[in-house]
Amino acid sequence: MDKIREIFDIGAGFETAIDWLTEYADWLFDFIAVVVEGFLDGVNWAFHLLPPPLMIILFVAIAWHTASRGVALFSVIGFTLIYYMGYWSETMDTLSLVFSAVIFGLLVGIPLGIWASKSDKAWNILRPVLDFMQTLPAFVYLIPAVLLFKLGPVPGVIATLIFSLPPAVRLTNLGIRQVPVEIKEACRSFGATPKQMLLKAELPVALPTIMAGVNQTIMLALSMVVISGMIGAGGLGNVVLKGITQLRIDMGFEGGISIVILAIFLDRVTQALSDASGRQS
Amino acid sequence: MALVEVKDLYKIFGPSPRRAIPMIKAGQTKQEIKKKTGCTVAINGATFEIHKKETFVVMGLSGSGKSTFIRCLNRLIKPTAGQILIDGQDIVLMNTEELRELRRYKMSMVFQNFGLLPHRNVVNNVEFGLEVSGMEKEPRRAKALKALTLVGLEGFEYSMPNELSGGMQQRVGLARALANDPEILLMDEAFSALDPLIRSQMQDELLELQAKMHKTIIFITHDLDEALKIGDRIAILGPDGRVRQIGTPEAILAHPSDEYVKEFVQNVDRTRVITANTIKHRCSVLNHTKDGPRAALHLMEKEKKSFAYIIDADRVLKGIVHIEDAARLVKEKKEDLAPIIRHDFYTTSADTPISDLLATAIESKYPLALINEQGIFQGIVDREAIIAEVNEGADDTGAPVVFSEVLEQNGNGLGGEDNAPEKKGKES
Repeated sequence: MDKIREIFDIGAGFETAIDWLTEYADWLFDFIAVVVEGFLDGVNWAFHLLPPPLMIILFVAIAWHTASRGVALFSVIGFTLIYYMGYWSETMDTLSLVFSAVIFGLLVGIPLGIWASKSDKAWNILRPVLDFMQTLPAFVYLIPAVLLFKLGPVPGVIATLIFSLPPAVRLTNLGIRQVPVEIKEACRSFGATPKQMLLKAELPVALPTIMAGVNQTIMLALSMVVISGMIGAGGLGNVVLKGITQLRIDMGFEGGISIVILAIFLDRVTQALSDASGRQS
Repeated sequence: MALVEVKDLYKIFGPSPRRAIPMIKAGQTKQEIKKKTGCTVAINGATFEIHKKETFVVMGLSGSGKSTFIRCLNRLIKPTAGQILIDGQDIVLMNTEELRELRRYKMSMVFQNFGLLPHRNVVNNVEFGLEVSGMEKEPRRAKALKALTLVGLEGFEYSMPNELSGGMQQRVGLARALANDPEILLMDEAFSALDPLIRSQMQDELLELQAKMHKTIIFITHDLDEALKIGDRIAILGPDGRVRQIGTPEAILAHPSDEYVKEFVQNVDRTRVITANTIKHRCSVLNHTKDGPRAALHLMEKEKKSFAYIIDADRVLKGIVHIEDAARLVKEKKEDLAPIIRHDFYTTSADTPISDLLATAIESKYPLALINEQGIFQGIVDREAIIAEVNEGADDTGAPVVFSEVLEQNGNGLGGEDNAPEKKGKES
C-alpha cells in the first residue's frame, strides 16, 4: 500500500501541480491579481465615498424600493447598529469583497450555465466539478488561493468567487433548460438565430431562476468572505478572527451580528429582485 | 396547383433510424420495429399535395405522428427520409440560412399552448417574428397592430399574456403568425387547449379570416368534428403513422377508404357535413318566357306533383306555380303565368349543411330550391332526401321498442293478449 502511495500520491500530486503553476503560470496569476485588485479597489473606494449616514439612507432606500417597508425598517435599525458598534468601515470592506467576488463569479458562472444548458456534454463535465466545488470544505480553497495569490484581499476574492460559483452555474442551467419547449419551438419557427433565441426568449424567461441563483451566490460569498479573513482579506472576517484568536468575546459577537445584518439585508433585497422578475413573467 | 408536395416522407425516432426503413417497406409493424431496433416510427411513408389557398387538415389520434409531421414542414424536426417540396424547393436539403429565410417569410406556426413570451406584452409578442427578421421598429409596430386588429384584439395591445384568457392568448398567437404575412400558416392543434365554446368560436373566426386572407393553412387536430368543419381537404393518419385517406370532408364521410376510417367517422354528426349539394335532385322546371298554364299543368301531371318551379331563360329562379292556380288560368283562357307565380317557399345555397335545413324542410309545403349567388336554379332538396341522409349511419337499434314487447317484458299479460298477435305480425 505504501509502495503504491509512493508512486501515486494524490496530495503530493496536487502540490506538484500548484508548484508548477506558481513557477510557469505566474504571469497569468499576476494578471488576474492586478485585474481583481483594481476592481476591488474601485468598489471599495465607492462604498467608502459617502459618509455612513448617507450610505445608511441609500441602503434603506434600496430596501424600500425593492423589498418592503419591513426590510427598510430593519435596514435603518441594523445599519445604525453597525455604525454605532464602530464596524462601519469593516462592513463596507466586506461588502466590497462580496460585491467583487459576486460580479466576477456571475461573469464566469452565467456563461458557464448557458453553455451547460445548451450542451449535455458540457453539463456532464461541469456537474461533477460543481459537486466537487460545493462539497470541498471552504477552508481548503484558501490554500491554493494563498499559494497562487499570496495573502490579502485578492486571494480572498478568488477563493470566495470559486466557492460561490456553483449555484450561479446550476440555476442558470436549470432556468434555461426549464423554458417551455413550445417557446423555444416558437422562436425557431419564426426564424430566430440561436443568439436571438437566447437573448429574447431564454434568458428573460429563465430570469427568475437565474436571480434565485444570484441570491444564493451572494449568500455563499458572504459566508466565504468571513472565512477568508484568515488569509488577511480584511473586513468583518478580521474582526471575528480577532475575536477568536484573542478570546475577545465582545468583538466576536459584534462582528458576528454585523455579518448577520448584512446577510439579511442582501438576502431580502436580492430575493425581492428575484420575485419581481418572476412576477413580471 | 400544389404549393406543398410531400413525397414518401418518413420520420423515425431512435438510434440509427434509417435501418428501420427497409423493415417498414417489408411490411413489419410499428411494434415489431420498436422491439427489434428500439426505433419509433412516427411518419410512415406519407405522400400528398397541398394546394395553394386551401385549408388542409391532418387529423389523427395521439401517437399518429401528426405533430411530428407539421414540425417536419418547417424543419423543427428533420425528416429521416423523403422530400418536402415547397414551391418546388426541397426543404429537407436546405441549410440553416435558407431555412431561416423560409421560416421568416414563407411560413408561420401557431402552437397548441400558444408559445407566447411571458415577459413581453401582446404587441411585442406579435412583433417577434418581424423583430428577428430585422425589421425596423416603426413598420413592424404598424404591422403588428394591423394583425391584432385582424384577430379582434384592439385595446389589448399592452396587456401581458398572463392577463388574457386562453382564447385571447391564442388570438395573440394567431396575430403573431399573421404579422409577417406568410404564405403558409401551420396550426398545431391550435384550438385544442381551449374550452369547447371558445374553440368553436375560434374555428368560426378562422374560417372568416380565411375567407378574407386566402392563406394556405395546414391544420393539425385530433378532433374529427374540427377537421370536418375547417378543412377543405382532410388527411387521416392511422395509429401506425400511415396516411389512411385524403379527401374532402364529404368524400371521407361518404366513402371511408378502410375499416379504421369508417370506425372513426361513424360517430360523426353527418348532417353537419353533408351539404344540400350532395342530396339535391334535378327536377323539371317551367320556363317563364315560353311556357303557359297548359304546359305547366302537363308538366305537373307528368311529374305527379302539385307545383312546379319557374325559371327564366338564364335559369334564374322566378318562383313557383301551384296546380290549382294553373288550372284556373286554363279555365279563364289566359296565357301568361305571371299573375299566379308565388314566392312563399324556401331557398338555400349548395354549401348549407343539411342539419340547418331539416327543420325548415319538415315544416315547408314545398321542397327547398337550391340557388347560387346569381339566383340560378340548381335543383331541389326535399324532406325525404334529408331524412334518408340523416338515417344513414344512424344507429338507433333498440332505442324505440314496440309497446307490446314492453308489455310482455313487464309480464303484464292481462289485456295485452288480444292485441299482441296483430302487433307481432306488423313487427316481423
